[in-house]
Amino acid sequence: MPDGAAPILEVSDLKTVFTTRGGEVHAVNAVSFELAPGELLGVVGESGSGKSVTMMSLIGLLPMPPAEIRGGQVLFDGVDILKMTDDELRDVRGSRIGFVFQDPMTSLNPVFTVGFQIMEPLRKHMGMNKKQARARAAELLELVGIPEADARLRDFPHQFSGGMRQRVMIAIALSCDPKVLIADEPTTALDVTIQAQILELVKELRLKLGMAIIWITHDLGVIAGIADRVMVMYGGQVVEQAKVKDLFADPQHPYTRALLETLPSVTGKRSERLKTIEGQPPAIPEQPTSCSFRERCSLAFDRCARENPALYQPQKGHDVACFWDVKTGGPRDG
Amino acid sequence: MLNYTIRRLLFTIPTLLFISLIIFLLLDLAPSDPTGNLPLSIPAEVREQIRQSLGLGEPIHIRYYKWLVQFFINEPLNIIEQMFDITIGDGDRLRVTSWSTRSPVVDLVLERMPQTLWVVGMSYVVGVLIAIPIGVYSAYRQYSWFDQTGTFISMVGFSVPTFFTGVLLIVIFSTIVPTDSFFWLPSIYDTTHKVTDLASFGFQIRQMIMPVFVLGLFNAAQISRYMRASMLDNLGLDYVRTARAKGLTENVVLLVHVLRNSLIPVVTVIALGIPQVFGGAIITEQVFKVNGLGHLLIGGIEAADIPLVQTLTFIFAVLIVFFNLIADILYGILDPRIRYD
Repeated sequence: MPDGAAPILEVSDLKTVFTTRGGEVHAVNAVSFELAPGELLGVVGESGSGKSVTMMSLIGLLPMPPAEIRGGQVLFDGVDILKMTDDELRDVRGSRIGFVFQDPMTSLNPVFTVGFQIMEPLRKHMGMNKKQARARAAELLELVGIPEADARLRDFPHQFSGGMRQRVMIAIALSCDPKVLIADEPTTALDVTIQAQILELVKELRLKLGMAIIWITHDLGVIAGIADRVMVMYGGQVVEQAKVKDLFADPQHPYTRALLETLPSVTGKRSERLKTIEGQPPAIPEQPTSCSFRERCSLAFDRCARENPALYQPQKGHDVACFWDVKTGGPRDG
Repeated sequence: MLNYTIRRLLFTIPTLLFISLIIFLLLDLAPSDPTGNLPLSIPAEVREQIRQSLGLGEPIHIRYYKWLVQFFINEPLNIIEQMFDITIGDGDRLRVTSWSTRSPVVDLVLERMPQTLWVVGMSYVVGVLIAIPIGVYSAYRQYSWFDQTGTFISMVGFSVPTFFTGVLLIVIFSTIVPTDSFFWLPSIYDTTHKVTDLASFGFQIRQMIMPVFVLGLFNAAQISRYMRASMLDNLGLDYVRTARAKGLTENVVLLVHVLRNSLIPVVTVIALGIPQVFGGAIITEQVFKVNGLGHLLIGGIEAADIPLVQTLTFIFAVLIVFFNLIADILYGILDPRIRYD
């Protein structure tokens, strides 16, 4: 990643709220981050931490209502996406920002051929005719490693295995040469060997095509192998953000540390019980005024209940939202 | 698919034979007397002779066999002769004959068919054409005022019987509304009316409005609920999100991706409903005096006209079996995941 290049995606202060029968749920609370061209940003956090919702809201894929974007700015290539009309947004989706979703078994439409589904964005965004789109679709299938691409275009999704379907999803996402690819837990529903294949494929495609990628996952192992930079989310907020090496070598936030400790060690003692983080992630009914992790945090002290920690930069390129300084082993000043 | 169709068609033969036997036996069990409607002054031995002449003296298996021959061999041969204007054999065959009218049952059916298809068939077409867009939009805007209104009207249309809505409409449009008003509608369907020019076409439309509306409301109420439910099942699925993520317009997402999937179960329901069209909406035909197939069947039952009832009931059974097959084949065509071979 070239340092200092203008970011392709710049999110600041994004707030998303769901209105439900039980009241409001503040799913995304003032999230800000940047994505440089060609960078691979990993987003981690447990279920309900707001990682998917963040990515969905910045591209308008959330059903509104119940969802509502209460504020913030999403600059994509210098233009604020949140201010776009629906039509303008549709021109960005699927062409300059591609999506890959979690479950390849259900993400493709079962009654249309794979060829039709890959050709759709090509015809809409690139203005291709049927023949051109067909040729390009075959190229794309080959690009994602599906043999006999021409013949397979006529097949239906149920004639593909899970891994193959995820490759098709990637082909659709890449069809119009996007600048950003958002992958929402793309390997979670796949078994481990297929996961490895998809990871390899994405690494390879990234080198070939040079797009930036946001990779959402709850699997730290995957992140370690693929990301340039990692963003840890909790309770709809970014709690820590650093280069992948720094994060694994020197985790600053108690939540990140706890996450890393839950990873079972291959060399550790077998008899040990798997570590967990006690408790549940909170549902957040209003803008948080205290640290949302404090109830599960072993280091919490009185200040955590009074204030919501802002991102603090202990060193360049490493942000953490915590009042406790792990270096000194005491509360941060300021 | 072709193999499957042929296999299924072959299977229908024993099924239909069995159904025809059941119908025959049930009707034979019924304690009805074809001479019961004749004047009481007719002496008992003459009644007995009438029964003998109708073939009732024969044992049951002979009577069943004769009906089979008449229906499956003589009637088709007769239709072929009429269609191609030729004579097969000596052309003199015993046909299935109605006891009360002494005319061949198949001729009666062909005579009544047009009215039923016009009125009941049209109401089905109207019902389907209204129901699908309503179902789609209700699901897309679930719990909106449109959906709530649609749900209410469906509930009414579905739960209020047609003999009530029919009579209500007659009371309003045939009696309260003055006869010279533009909004007056005839309460009796005139079968002899022929469409020759614009004015007579206008009258045909006028006399169809009420029965078509009554039945159409009922059909639309039912089918729109299926359509709505099926759309709702699909709208939340992941492939819809994928379609949106591809930047497709809402129209394409809804009317191409979601509708195509949602139609699969609905088309089956529609296909299975078609035999009921031929069966005629018995009650509605009575209310508006449409002398269609339903009317014919009621008349046959009242007159203890066993051959007529037997044949009509069997024709309905054939249609039900046939449209079941059509529905299964449509399923295979619409859903690529289903393979029959």
